[in-house]
Amino acid sequence: MSATSIVSLPDQSTATMPKRHYINNEHGLLSWLLTADHKRIAILYLISITFFFFIGGAFAGLIRLELLTPQSDLVAADTYNKFFTMHGIVMIFLFLVPSVPATLGNFLIPIMLGAKDLAFPKINLLSWYLYMIGGTLTLAALVLGGVDTGWTFTTPLSTHYLNTHVVTAATAIFVAGFSSIFTGLNFIVTIHRMRAPGMTWFRMPLFVWSHYAASLLMVLGTPVLAIAIVLVALERLIGIGVFDPTKGGDPLLFQHLFWFYSHPAVYIMILPGMGVISEVISTFSRKRVFGYSAVAFSSVAIALFGFFVWEHHMFIMGVSNYSALVFSLLTMLVAVPSAIKVFNWAFTLQKGSITFETPMLYAFAFIGLFTIGGLTGVFLGALGMDIHLTETYFIVAHFHYVMVGGMLMAFLAGIHFWWPKMTGRMYPESLSKLSAVTSFIGFNLTFMPQFILGYLGMPRRYASYPAEFQVLNVLSTAGATVLGVGFMLPLLYLGWSLKYGAIAGANPWQATGLEWQIQSPPLTENFIETPIMDHEAYDYEWLENKTKHEVTTVG
Amino acid sequence: MGISPVLWQFLTKWMHGSALFPAEASTISPWVDALYFSLLLMTIFGLVVVGVLLTVFAIRYRREKSPVATQIEGSTLLEATWTIIPLAVFLLMFVWGALLYFRIYNPPTNAMNIYVVGKQWMWKAEHPGGQHEINALHVPTGQPVQLTMISQDVFHSFSIPAFRVKREVIPGRYTTVWFNATTPGTYHLFCTQYCGTQHSGMIGEITVLTPEDYKKWLHESTSGMSLAQNGERLFASMGCNQCHSGNAAARGPNLAGVYGSKLTLNDGSKVLVNDAYLRDAILNPSQHVTAGFSPIMPTYQGQISEDGLIDLVEYIKGLQTNYRVQQTLVTASSDEAAPPTPAAGTTTEMVKP
Repeated sequence: MSATSIVSLPDQSTATMPKRHYINNEHGLLSWLLTADHKRIAILYLISITFFFFIGGAFAGLIRLELLTPQSDLVAADTYNKFFTMHGIVMIFLFLVPSVPATLGNFLIPIMLGAKDLAFPKINLLSWYLYMIGGTLTLAALVLGGVDTGWTFTTPLSTHYLNTHVVTAATAIFVAGFSSIFTGLNFIVTIHRMRAPGMTWFRMPLFVWSHYAASLLMVLGTPVLAIAIVLVALERLIGIGVFDPTKGGDPLLFQHLFWFYSHPAVYIMILPGMGVISEVISTFSRKRVFGYSAVAFSSVAIALFGFFVWEHHMFIMGVSNYSALVFSLLTMLVAVPSAIKVFNWAFTLQKGSITFETPMLYAFAFIGLFTIGGLTGVFLGALGMDIHLTETYFIVAHFHYVMVGGMLMAFLAGIHFWWPKMTGRMYPESLSKLSAVTSFIGFNLTFMPQFILGYLGMPRRYASYPAEFQVLNVLSTAGATVLGVGFMLPLLYLGWSLKYGAIAGANPWQATGLEWQIQSPPLTENFIETPIMDHEAYDYEWLENKTKHEVTTVG
Repeated sequence: MGISPVLWQFLTKWMHGSALFPAEASTISPWVDALYFSLLLMTIFGLVVVGVLLTVFAIRYRREKSPVATQIEGSTLLEATWTIIPLAVFLLMFVWGALLYFRIYNPPTNAMNIYVVGKQWMWKAEHPGGQHEINALHVPTGQPVQLTMISQDVFHSFSIPAFRVKREVIPGRYTTVWFNATTPGTYHLFCTQYCGTQHSGMIGEITVLTPEDYKKWLHESTSGMSLAQNGERLFASMGCNQCHSGNAAARGPNLAGVYGSKLTLNDGSKVLVNDAYLRDAILNPSQHVTAGFSPIMPTYQGQISEDGLIDLVEYIKGLQTNYRVQQTLVTASSDEAAPPTPAAGTTTEMVKP
């Protein structure tokens, strides 16, 4: 045990913007579209996923608006079905899956490891192009008239009974899937091969560990989704009959293939967010993460167990009772590493020196909401309970607590935390705190009533519903309005800060990661000379002893 | 019900008074609710523990109070604590949930069987006595009822929140669910698996009646012919009796008494003859050839509706002797007036609203 004294934030009025950095290194649109710089690709991703987030959010708004009244009155039922399908496809495949890895991960992993770039910079750019093709195809499916399969593409509904643009949407997901595979592949190779001298596995920031675990899932899981999607397209186009029972196919096979990816996908989405939380909690309590190796291994454990729980999406589908037993048991096991993480984060605060900047507020929100999301997952993992709760609003509330309450809060924590590093400027603190609190309140108001609706039995994906459910639905819609405001605010003030934000300086948070030891925004080559990692991660004593103004700002 | 007395009664009484809790109308409901409250308790407890830790640490160790952080590596003891305690709690919930699952999905042997066919976007219930209902189901109290369900098109899901039961209804295979209703009244029936445009319109009403009222309802709603009688007609009109006549020289196996028996197939495997097997054997006969017979039966895939298959299954289920089979055969072959046989599929329209 050792003590570090308080490090006051550097005076930002004296900080100056470095003359040369990755943003002004080259100019013109082509210099962005043809870049191989991981930081510029991260920015491309950030802009694109923000665009798609607001598209998906608009559909969420329309869904909540329709559900304000029991009747299907704002739009017809089939339009409503297209709304929730687009909401799901856009939010999952075009926002949540790439959110943290493709933006923050892309930007930070090479720097955190002391590398100049990812292992395959051009594949990284290719990944963004594939993402954009996937996004464009999704928009095409939308503009051509929409698709109403639900994001789960359940057969035989998707293969034989709908005449919307199923194949276009399926192709979009297929292509976007490859962008995710390439990102994962790039991260794995980079983490294995490009660590700076002294950067041993157990000196890596936990952000990198959680991305490593998520990357394994991307590389091993996504191809199975691609296979499932191709089979759906083939069945729809030429009727091969893999899933069609009248041709000897098995419709449950699609469920197995789809969830074999789509359950691990949940961990692809949440693990990088957990990485963000570890960094933020440590920085704002000025303490190394409690139980570093437990947190690192729990990421890997989540990835490992995550592959063997998919059948818990099928407990009521007539699977064998005994296979259900096995999958329920494994589902309970996967909840344990998440609990370990939550307690380690809590104990990181103990004996710290805590401040409450915006990223920290989001991190607190994450821990609380993720705890609710995780524990309600135990409801659904318990076999007999799942029968009543599955396919109702309970499940909708559960995964929104994990995906929005967890992942989106983590994403916003990360964006605020590394905003000074990415742009060289600070965001406005009080406004951003206001938006964090607004999101937190709005979120709970939106989704807490949905747990109750779920236990009452209200099915998901209903355009109209019995009148007795209206009060709770009105509450939920009111909450969504507040939540919408909470999400719009960052878009505005972060945009404003690009020009008017205070100059951040290299290390505004006095954080220990390698990324904070270089100028903000970083140079294209990240480091002038390869750094040598001679200390543990989160070593605040090392930071303390480091000579001031060692940071090289190239003029 | 053997569920904990005082707290339980207090909870259910209080909850039932509010609109935030569904009615308990089957013998399963209290068991599901008991697990639900325990899980809720677990969640609240977990949330309080985490909430207290965060709040206390955030106040106690805020920068103003604690200007200097004390670095701590970690603690194996604490790691073990928060690995083992959650694991133990989750395992307890696993066992509890598993026991409940087996209770919900293993029907008692004395359950009365009702068939349900789901299709875009309606539920059709067929009682053994031939009563048909659309988007409605009448059941008696105090009698275990098993639903044997199948979909004619896409995945549906049959959900009765007040009974706390639900099961996916799948094309191409029978799934079952059972319940024992306790309280007369009407309850929601929902399709909970997204099934296309009118998914939210695929709803209905479960009417729970006292046994006397149920008998009265059965009597008033009869369509004149039971499922088995429909099946018998279909059996004759499709010509099934030509081969399955039960004669020594017949080209197909004897079906009398076959239901519930163990059958040896010509690849040597043994199967239990149940609803699912009979349905498969009619649609894909070449996959289910009884030992000692040739694979000569043509497939009936696409020729019989799910309703027709249910009629046939119900008929074969109750078939104890081949006397009537041979009688119809004689009648048919002697070219005398056979009983008027409705064409396949017309039974679907015999609906009593």
